[in-house]
Amino acid sequence: MKITELFRQGEFVVTAEVGPPKGCHLDGVVNEAKEYLSGLSAVNVTDCQSSVMRLGSLATCKVLKDAGLNPIYQMTCRDRNRIALQSDLLSAAAFGIDNVLCLTGDHTKLGDHPGAKPVFDLDSVSLLATVRALEEGHDLAGNELIGEAPSFAKGAVVSPCSDSVDAQLAKMERKVAAGAEFFQTQAVYDTEKFISFMEKAKEFGRPVQLGIVLLKSAGMATFMNKAVAGIHVPDDMITELKADKEKTKAGITGVEIAARIIRECKPYCQGVHIMAMGWESKIPALLELAGI
Amino acid sequence: MLITRLKEKETIESLLGGTCFILNCRGCSEMSFPQDEADALEAQLASEGKVTGILTTDYICSPENLKLRLERHQTEIEEADAILVLSCGVGVQTVSELYENKKVFSGCDTLRLPGFQGVTPLDVDCGQCGECYLNLTGGICPVTACSKSLLNGQCGGAKNGKCEVDPEMDCGWERIYRRLEAIGRLDLLKVPTQIRNYSTDDAVYKQNAPEKQG
Repeated sequence: MKITELFRQGEFVVTAEVGPPKGCHLDGVVNEAKEYLSGLSAVNVTDCQSSVMRLGSLATCKVLKDAGLNPIYQMTCRDRNRIALQSDLLSAAAFGIDNVLCLTGDHTKLGDHPGAKPVFDLDSVSLLATVRALEEGHDLAGNELIGEAPSFAKGAVVSPCSDSVDAQLAKMERKVAAGAEFFQTQAVYDTEKFISFMEKAKEFGRPVQLGIVLLKSAGMATFMNKAVAGIHVPDDMITELKADKEKTKAGITGVEIAARIIRECKPYCQGVHIMAMGWESKIPALLELAGI
Repeated sequence: MLITRLKEKETIESLLGGTCFILNCRGCSEMSFPQDEADALEAQLASEGKVTGILTTDYICSPENLKLRLERHQTEIEEADAILVLSCGVGVQTVSELYENKKVFSGCDTLRLPGFQGVTPLDVDCGQCGECYLNLTGGICPVTACSKSLLNGQCGGAKNGKCEVDPEMDCGWERIYRRLEAIGRLDLLKVPTQIRNYSTDDAVYKQNAPEKQG
């Protein structure tokens, strides 16, 4: 089911992400998704996240769909040229997968195959334009598609707490012009920054889901501050994580912080997207605490 | 070797809008340049009163040389709304770097030919891709200054203005954004979605390839 329908109905849309394994068995992902994520609007499936080679996003989406979940097919431009990307979009449509999240993708040098050729034939914006072309019944070269054209809910990402937020807004506008219908954000910890970003982003008239990454430790927070683009965990949160190590280790502190962020930002956005990174089991508790 | 090809006259005119100072580079002996077409274009622009000055020189890819050559033309450059550079992509970017707050336009597309090329080692680079984007990006090349060669704006990977691939490297699109901001051309970020045409250089190569030596 297209998640754009849910936004249209005014629902506060909750999604989470799962990452396929480095191996060919999907039982673990499917069971976890069924147990903790079946109540959500949709489940994103990452596409060789962080440029680490894993089982494919498309196959995982198909298996999750068969298991009764609503998948969002994440597609990056790192590993495929425009022929492969279009072909995989048609494959997704053939499987009945109708949510796609268009990303540029991390550089190959950041992953576990740093010697791989980075493709980037298209980028997030031109990938959105490509999806739109297929929806119009032709491919990127203008050749007609046979039969009924595919149709997707087209998503994109934006980084509201980036230190170049104006450049991010300009890119967001280009994504909207290229056909983006909904946005999921990079992890937010600074709610003031997010709210002021939303003041500007609302003029684009597209629903935005607040991005949440559960904080597992003070070390993770300081690492992200140093190394992950668009993420800044404020000092008081790091102090909070340090205060009671057992509580933090049990996931309670991270869930409390995330629930607070969601409650503060909820009036300004149209949904939340949770990146639990192995802590999927904590999502039900988080949603309860956040009052969703 | 490289080839420069004049952009369409309509494209150049639509870029200029006002007056310009024209800088022609005849630097590399291995470069093929459309001299006659450029002369005709420049004569026409001059007859329309759009030209504040013309300098034809060489090796503008060398910043020191460029500064020296332009010394006597400062007034003409100040009077002009923009600088129109007819050179390879390296030349355009070198001029653009020197005149940070001036609109700098490229009148050419630069294409690749096999063989030895380049005489001035520099930070700026021209991929000789045949589809020069410098006029959309404030004179900073997105193909060579962005590690992913993105054409439609910054990815989410820049932190503190640095690239995700190399913390020593400035994010190309951060530089492009700041530059467009400085010259008041952020509107250029609203152009239609750009997609590279990788087939271009093959076609042109066939047209322009020199006779193979026995």
